[in-house]
Amino acid sequence: MGNYPVMLVNSEESRMEKNTGELVNAFERALVSLDRLAAQKIVTEASDSWSPVQLVEALVVPALERIGAGWEQGQVALSQVYMSGRICEELVDTILPHSSPTRKNQPKMAIAVLGDYHLLGKRIVYSVLRASGWELQDYGRVTVDELVSQVRRDGVKILLISVLMLPSALRVKDVRAKLNGMGSDVKIVVGGAPFRFDDRLWKDVGADAMGRNASEAVGIVTRIAEEIS
Amino acid sequence: MTDMTSLQRVLTTLGHKEPDRVPFFLLATMHGAREPGMPIKEYFSKPENVVEGQLRMRAKYRHDCLCGFFYAPIEVEAWGAEVIYVEDGPPNSGTPFIRSVEDIKNLEPPRVEETPCLLKVLSALKMLKAKVGDDALIIGVAISPFSLPVMQMGFDKYIELTYEQPELFDRLMKVNEEFCVAWANAQLAAGATAICYFDPISSTTVTPRETYLKTGFQIAKRTLARIKGPTATHFASGRCLPIVNDVAQTGTAGIGVSVLEDLADTKAACRGKLSILGNLNAIEMCRWTPEYATAVVKDAIAKAGTGGGYILSDNHGEIPWQVPEDVLLAVSEAVHTWGRYPLDWVQEYDKQALSRGLRELEA
Repeated sequence: MGNYPVMLVNSEESRMEKNTGELVNAFERALVSLDRLAAQKIVTEASDSWSPVQLVEALVVPALERIGAGWEQGQVALSQVYMSGRICEELVDTILPHSSPTRKNQPKMAIAVLGDYHLLGKRIVYSVLRASGWELQDYGRVTVDELVSQVRRDGVKILLISVLMLPSALRVKDVRAKLNGMGSDVKIVVGGAPFRFDDRLWKDVGADAMGRNASEAVGIVTRIAEEIS
Repeated sequence: MTDMTSLQRVLTTLGHKEPDRVPFFLLATMHGAREPGMPIKEYFSKPENVVEGQLRMRAKYRHDCLCGFFYAPIEVEAWGAEVIYVEDGPPNSGTPFIRSVEDIKNLEPPRVEETPCLLKVLSALKMLKAKVGDDALIIGVAISPFSLPVMQMGFDKYIELTYEQPELFDRLMKVNEEFCVAWANAQLAAGATAICYFDPISSTTVTPRETYLKTGFQIAKRTLARIKGPTATHFASGRCLPIVNDVAQTGTAGIGVSVLEDLADTKAACRGKLSILGNLNAIEMCRWTPEYATAVVKDAIAKAGTGGGYILSDNHGEIPWQVPEDVLLAVSEAVHTWGRYPLDWVQEYDKQALSRGLRELEA
């Protein structure tokens, strides 16, 4: 009998974990089938018992992580990754607005596309990070010098750079050199096709980390934020 | 077996029979500018430069095709869009020319015969045909109606259009189909032997199969049926294994395959249905050594060469400017050495040992 309360607690935790798992499954299904209404219903119902931050951490982030991993394994398509990120970003913005004090306390962070006009990768990472509770500046498409100057002006601590073309990926080396020359301690996280097809390239260009997909970027940003805080 | 011409070699493999050796397509569009030491922008400004570059490269690397492809954004340049040149890579498309989805309602395709940038390509194809006749395959390239909107309106806006505005999507596809058919047929008339139907958005990396079956698949069937020559479909390093059987029904003869999928699995799925083109990792190739290049080519031939239906090439359809000449020469030498049919050595080949060897070379 003495163990009874403990068993109750374990049973309750297990039930909650099971419910959360089912909820994440349902949310993931709604996202990959681009069913905004179903996704919204799940978030609305879950927000009765969870705080906005709990909801993001227990529901949105795990679902987006699975979708990112699914893309990596060839089971989910990029169009689904993009639309999932957009849907989550919109939903999270309603429960955790841009200026909300409950958004994560975080170092200054920015994202940019370097050189080329391929903006989708950046848009996906931006959406997924915001949907995961992070706030970041979007520099859009920039040259090396524009990027260096903006990073310096804004005191950015974590810089995410997205590229599609190999020449653009190689320009990250120039960004690193110029920022180092100014004594900047910014952490550079890179992503995009050239880095996915050559997994040594991110080190060669002097980046601090490489995300193979947007969900990996969330994990990397979380780790770096902890390290530099 | 007596040596075949390049064209005979390619046609034999496309018929799923073994030619004298594995055909080799070196799709090095920019390296032609290296030969005369010309800036990339100047190189693409005149068809004579591209013809000279293509001929010089074929003499050096001994590959089995010539390529009339200049650069991907030439197709949106034809619609009035901006092209951005860089000194160490392919020209890029600039700001999308469809600024608002409403623009689609009034969009009309450019007329090929009145568009200077396209006439430049046609002129190059005519000159290439005059030089090589029926000795080598001459490739023309047409971006699929389903993939062109990435440059026309931007990738994010295009995905949203696909899912959220089906009527405007259909209108855009109708306009693009007319352009694609006219452009492909003009290239065939100018001297191209076959058209590479460049369709990365149909790859399962980008579009789920169920969406592809309603969109890219239907569009490819309609478009390829109106192109008056053989076609091969290229996914530009995107995955295609889950849609191989569907792609085979679009009327295409070949498929450009990705390094993200195992070449032996891809060959097994395509055998007798589609010839495969690939799948050397062109990005990684920038830091290969000649020894590593040889090992990778040997591995690819061991996995896909038997029975024909295989052309050795890169997996993207464009060799980066940064890939060194000695690596390309090693790729060529390896396919000439190890690609000669019959591929008796493959029987004795220990694929595990090769994988270990590749890892050692990589280390």
